[in-house]
Formats: sequence, structure tokens, C-alpha cells
Amino acid sequence: MMETLDQLFVLLKRWVVGEFPAAWRLWLSPLIDAGAIIGVFAGLFAVTTLLERKGLGRLQNRMGPNRVGPFGVLQPLADGLKMLTKEDIVPRAADRVVHFLAPIAMVTPILLAYAVLPFGRNLVAVDFDAGLLFFFAVGAGTELAVFMAGWSSRNKYSLLGAMRGIAQMISYEVPLVLSAVAVVLVAGSLSLPSIVDSQAGYHWGWLARWHVFTPWGLAGFILFLIAATAESNRSPFDLPEGESEIIAGHLIEYSGFKYALFFLGEYLGLFAVSALGITLFLGGWQAPVPFLAWVPSYLWFGAKLLGCIALFIWLRGTMPRLRTDQLMNFAWKFMLPLVLVNLVVAALWHGTAAWGFFGAGATRWLLGGAVLWLTYSALSHALFTAPGRGPRTYRYAD
Amino acid sequence: METLCFYLFAALAVVCGFLVVANPFSRNPVASAMFLVLTIAALAGLFVLLHAFFLAAVQILVYAGAVMVLFLFVIMLLDLKEEERRSWRKFGLVGGGVAVALIALLMYAALRQSPLGAAGEPRVEGSTAALGELLFRQYLLPFELVGVLLLVGMVGVIWLSKRAVP
Repeated sequence: MMETLDQLFVLLKRWVVGEFPAAWRLWLSPLIDAGAIIGVFAGLFAVTTLLERKGLGRLQNRMGPNRVGPFGVLQPLADGLKMLTKEDIVPRAADRVVHFLAPIAMVTPILLAYAVLPFGRNLVAVDFDAGLLFFFAVGAGTELAVFMAGWSSRNKYSLLGAMRGIAQMISYEVPLVLSAVAVVLVAGSLSLPSIVDSQAGYHWGWLARWHVFTPWGLAGFILFLIAATAESNRSPFDLPEGESEIIAGHLIEYSGFKYALFFLGEYLGLFAVSALGITLFLGGWQAPVPFLAWVPSYLWFGAKLLGCIALFIWLRGTMPRLRTDQLMNFAWKFMLPLVLVNLVVAALWHGTAAWGFFGAGATRWLLGGAVLWLTYSALSHALFTAPGRGPRTYRYAD
Repeated sequence: METLCFYLFAALAVVCGFLVVANPFSRNPVASAMFLVLTIAALAGLFVLLHAFFLAAVQILVYAGAVMVLFLFVIMLLDLKEEERRSWRKFGLVGGGVAVALIALLMYAALRQSPLGAAGEPRVEGSTAALGELLFRQYLLPFELVGVLLLVGMVGVIWLSKRAVP
């Protein structure tokens, strides 16, 4: 019974596809996958906008939306209607074709990235050999979309925002990919379902074998989260939008549904990169404790995903925005060296996996943790005592 | 199906490649760069048809993702307006013709060695592990040399650009 419930969506799809003539099946199967992914995550987008506005409201000591429907739960519907009925304004000097294509170029690659993510046991659209690489490859497409939006608008602020955005995304893509490489190194595979399988089982019957419970995994997960926040342009890394300096960056000249598409792309990217983090470090759809393993796998995945989203909302409500130089220093002088050391620690962890003496696990943990901690403190010391970093001075505001 | 995909991607690659260098509608360098992105994407599609998924992903990640974005960045920073006004020069025509002739000769020689449609089994199966084995065992020296070459290029660029600023 639980087995059936766990495989519910897989069986459902098999049944639906089986109802059609054989010639259609080759086409129908991916179509169903794509439809399901778009439907589920667009729905999650609507829920998340409401959660975010409510959560941010509470964090900032106000109510948040509470007018449309009971407790404001119909707010996403109202937002959607507003976006759809707004006039679509294109500046006269804009490059019309590129201006039109930019939102599409933003959303399409992100939707493609969902194809390789395993949402539950056997619940993956395409399980192919270089799945992780595919994810990062299509993710690179969004940088191009930001450029297209900023450049085609013929607006100084747009261009500045796009340049900031691209510089930020390129810089933080390096630690993002490198922190994922540590997992690939230990799991020995680029395919996401087999990375999840490598985290199956429990130590001593209760502690899950997730990568986040290893020293390199913990450091990698934190680095991955920071880089993911920057990659999806969310606060405190929302400089490309920077309302107070460059208004809304590459989004200025967009209105109506095109703007909504950018918004959708941003959130879908956030979900995708959270799902990737869960798959790489938090055991994917595995249950955290063995006696709860009967709960369907996709529910575990959904719970972890919602937890990640809540974390991102919390971060957004808590952290002030960085300055551009701080952003760049942090990426290149702190995260990149740390993530490289993390890679070495992961290699050591993998190399000492055969140790069998009593307390070998604790020794490996302490060794890896010590190396990472020393690197972390040295790097943060260097970052805080860098030349040119003194008490803050104001040119105009004194 | 595969043949149809091949012709689709091949046509896309050729047409977009042509539009990169000789776009009749706009002389804007940004338009050229974007057509180059499309060309690269079409080439990645061809790699997929050859079952080289790893190569396809890397092609998109490195070329369309990193290299092209840097190109666009430079275009944005330098504001290459004069590129739009440039006309044909005799030297360019002759040089381009010679280059095309040389590449055509090279392709002709390569095609004569292995006739079309007789490629047989691919040397490396699509698996990433097999490619890694090959790269880090059989072709380790060339691989490392290419890495050093790229590093030299990078150091050279930094040195040159540092000199320009007093």
C-alpha cells in the first residue's frame, strides 16, 4: 500500500501513457513530464509569493497582504490578474526583438533545468549521465537573458543593472559549481538520482548518511546556499535590482506580463537551485530518520524544499544589501579559496574512507573540520583586515 | 527523426554562423554575438545527436555561458560604434578568401581520410567516466599542456592590460 502511494505519480503516468496508441507514447511521456513540472512549480510560485509577502511583513512588524480573500490567501490571483491586464510598454528606442525575447530566454532554460531533478523515488523526467552538468549549463542561459534585457532596453540604469547582474552571476557561479564538484567527487557520478542513492542508509541505524553531515558537506552546503542566493539575485545579493541606486536594474523597462515572466523566472530559479542543494547535500527525497521512511518520498522532498524557501525568505527579511566591492571581494577572496580547500578536504575524506580502526569516523571529522575551520578563520581575518578597509567614511552625509 | 534533427541543427548552425559575420539586417556587434550563441547551441544539439551529452553540456556551459557573456561584457564596456560603419577592405577580402580556402583544403583532406557516413562506432561512448579515463590517462600530456597554454594566455592578458594603465 505504502509502496503504491510512494510510486503514485510514476504509476499514474505509466497508466495514462499506456492508454494511448504506441505511436504516441514516445511524444506523450515527455509532454506529461513537462506539463506536470510547469503546473506544480508555477503553483508553488503563486504560493511562495504569498508566503514571502506574509513572512516579510511579519519580519518587518506589519501585517502583509490581508485584503483579498480570507487572510489574503487570494492575493496571488489578484497579482496575476493585475499583471495580465496591465499595458505592455516598450520604449521607442528599444531593440524590439531582443526586448521581447529576453523574458522567454529567462524562463525557458530554468524550466529545462527541472528535467534532471529527482523529486522522489523514480520521479525524475530525464535521468542522464551528465545531469548535474546539464543543470549548470542551462542555468548559464539566464545570464544571457539578463544581458538581453538590460541591453535591449536602451536605458542607462538597465545597462548598469545588467552589468552588475552578469558580473555577480559569473563570480558566484564558480563557488556554486565547485561546491557541487565536491559531491561529485565523493559520489562518483554526475547523475542526480545516483547522487541521491549515494546518500541512502543510516549510520548506527539513526543518523542519515547525507553529505551535509560530513565536514566538507556542511561547509559545501553553506557555501552552496550563499552562492545560490547570489545566483538567484536575492537579497542580500540583490544589487542588480538595487531599488535605491539603479531603480530596478534590467527590469526597469519591463511591464505587465513580461515583468511577471522575469519574476517567475527568478522564483523558478530559486526553487531549482534549492532542489539541487537538497539533492546534493540533504539526501534528496530520503527520509531523515529510518522510522519515518514509510512517508512517500516526494513529500520529504517537498518538505525540504519548503524549508529551503522559508530560509531564503528569512534571509531576505534579515540581511542588508551588500556593496558591489564587498560582493566581489567576498566571492573571489573568501568563497573561492574556501571552496577549493573544501574540495581538498572532500578528497581526503574520500581517500580515508577505508580507515577501520576505532574512532576513525570521529578522527576524519575532526581532521576535516580543523582544516576547514583554520582556512575559514584565516580567510575571514584577511577579508576584515584588507587594506582600505577602515572605519566607514561618508562623503556627503556627515 | 534523428536525421530530421540533424538537418535542423545543421541548418541552424550554418545560417546563424553566416549571420554572425555578415548580417544584412544589422551591423551591431551585439547582434553578431547573439547569433554566435545560437550557433553554439546548435552545435551542442549536434553533439547530443552523436550521444556526446557531456560535450554538449560543456559546450553550452563554457561557450554560451561563460565565454559569450564575457564577449558581451566587453562589447558593453567598449561601445564598439565604429564597427557598424566599417566597410569592406581589399586586405580583408584577400585574407578572408585565403583563410576560407585553407580551411576548405583541410576539410577536404580530412573528409578524404574518413569518407562520409562510414564513421562506424564512436571512439568514446557517451559516458562521462569513459571520457575522463581517456583524458587523464591516454591524453594526459596534451590535456595539461592546453591548461598551461590557457594560463599563459591569461597571464599575458593581465600583463598587457596592466601596462596600459599608468
